[in-house]
Amino acid sequence: MDINKDLVAASATPLVLAILNEGENYGYAIQKRVNDLSGGELEWADGMLYPLLHRLERNGYIESSWGKSETGRRRKYYKLNDQGRKEITNQKRQWQVVESALRGIRLAAVDLAPQKI
Amino acid sequence: MKTNQKLEDHIGEWRSYMKKRRTLHSTDVEELEDHLQSQSQALLESGLDEDEAFLVAVKRLGDIDSLTREFASEYSDRIWKQLVLSKDEGEEALVDWRDASMAVGMAVAAAAAIKLPELFGIPIDGSESDAFFYARNSSFFVLPFLAAYFLWKRGLGWIDCLRLAVPFLAGAIIMNLFPFKMESHTGLLAMLHLPIALWLAVGFAYSSALWRSHEQRMNYIRFTGEWFIYYVLIGLGGGVLMGFTIFIFEAIGLDAEHIVQAWIMPCGVVGAVIISGWLVEAKKNIIENMAPVLTKLFTPLFTVLLIVFLAIMIWTESVIDVKREVLIGFDLLLVLVLGLLLYSISARNPEAPPGIFDVLQFLLVFCALLVDLFALWAIGTRISEFGFSPNKVAALGENLVLLVNLGWSCVIYAGFLMRRRSFTSLERWQTGYAPVYFIWAWIVVLIFPVVFNYQ
Repeated sequence: MDINKDLVAASATPLVLAILNEGENYGYAIQKRVNDLSGGELEWADGMLYPLLHRLERNGYIESSWGKSETGRRRKYYKLNDQGRKEITNQKRQWQVVESALRGIRLAAVDLAPQKI
Repeated sequence: MKTNQKLEDHIGEWRSYMKKRRTLHSTDVEELEDHLQSQSQALLESGLDEDEAFLVAVKRLGDIDSLTREFASEYSDRIWKQLVLSKDEGEEALVDWRDASMAVGMAVAAAAAIKLPELFGIPIDGSESDAFFYARNSSFFVLPFLAAYFLWKRGLGWIDCLRLAVPFLAGAIIMNLFPFKMESHTGLLAMLHLPIALWLAVGFAYSSALWRSHEQRMNYIRFTGEWFIYYVLIGLGGGVLMGFTIFIFEAIGLDAEHIVQAWIMPCGVVGAVIISGWLVEAKKNIIENMAPVLTKLFTPLFTVLLIVFLAIMIWTESVIDVKREVLIGFDLLLVLVLGLLLYSISARNPEAPPGIFDVLQFLLVFCALLVDLFALWAIGTRISEFGFSPNKVAALGENLVLLVNLGWSCVIYAGFLMRRRSFTSLERWQTGYAPVYFIWAWIVVLIFPVVFNYQ
């Protein structure tokens, strides 16, 4: 299944924020987590994650710090802050609205289906 | 963990390629590299070999152009080349602080130098003889410090320092021991020519004593153009600063005019010389040179001006009215045309074939020559009637020095347009001619006063 590009882009922010809500993390691991969660269906070019992370940091939802990887390489870690947690709730509400609207129309379609035959 | 040399090499190449992109800072590249490393490591463990792992990891990272575009839209400020004066986290500082403090130190030293004579009873806003003292010695308040800055920056040895000291000492002796009277013509001419002579001497330090090299001379020409533009800009800012200083203190009933005239103005005028020099050096590989841009803008306009002027002059059969100012005015016109020529040469790719701009440039030089020949002819007839004076000889000499340069440039340019000569020969001619200005300036400073008996 090919998921629409706009949808992938729109879901990226809540996904990344939700993953960081689980704890401090870095780019590659976030990417892997997205892959695992979506069963590999949600795919974007790996590199694009970074401009997004930087944007979230600039918007004040997450904070970054430099640490070390297991092999001693410098690695940039990201952490959610209070404003980011608020943003998650906000995003969740938005998605719930979209979801319930979609569910409503699906139910209506099921109701209408027999009359059409 | 075993090292994967091949993979490391690939990543090293990738890193240096990424670092060339202006919108990516080194920390961004480092972060992406960490991703690439982790990804390739995971792929290696799943059984790919090093080449394959690297290729797949890079592919997954995505198209580099769209990635840099994404970064660029995230950091729009990075598209504008910045002369960064503050060091951001992880970003290579474009300004070396040792260099900056040396420049500021020299600027302060120059400011101190211009205030020093006041301790010996020669105030800068004093009598006419005090003003004459400052005018005679104006070069020495600032150019030695600019020279010292470049001597330090280029790491030149004592012998080169001593060699450079010779013209400065010679100038100081001439200006202070020759019996110039106030308002003497030869004295005034020496005052005007000494800064040129010494500026060219500073080129010795700028070029790390490699003043014979054509490339180094061209670099000094580029430096001079940019320096001038920066100096004018800083001067405009300084004017605003002084204007507001006077204005706000006036508002509370205090007169700041004296402070401005005796302190801010003289210190600023000399300090800005060094600061501009330092800024031009610091920005030269970050920001596009301004002089060639102005040249591109004004070459067509001046060409039109001169063609119209020539046409009207010939049409109305006018003769140039010879006054002293006319002589100087036409000298300046030649200097300007030479400047336009020099700075378009300085930015041009010598290998490019002749284009429409070259035709314009050639026309400009040719018209300037014609206009100047008309002027010289008029002057010549006047001189044969009224004889020589230091001013006339100086202006005439300058005219000839420039005329020879532009005349031969015209010949070379024509050859280039007809594809008989290379553009490099024009560049060589210009850089090779530079010592002529130096020698002429010294003739006016050193020989004129003696020959014309300090008139």
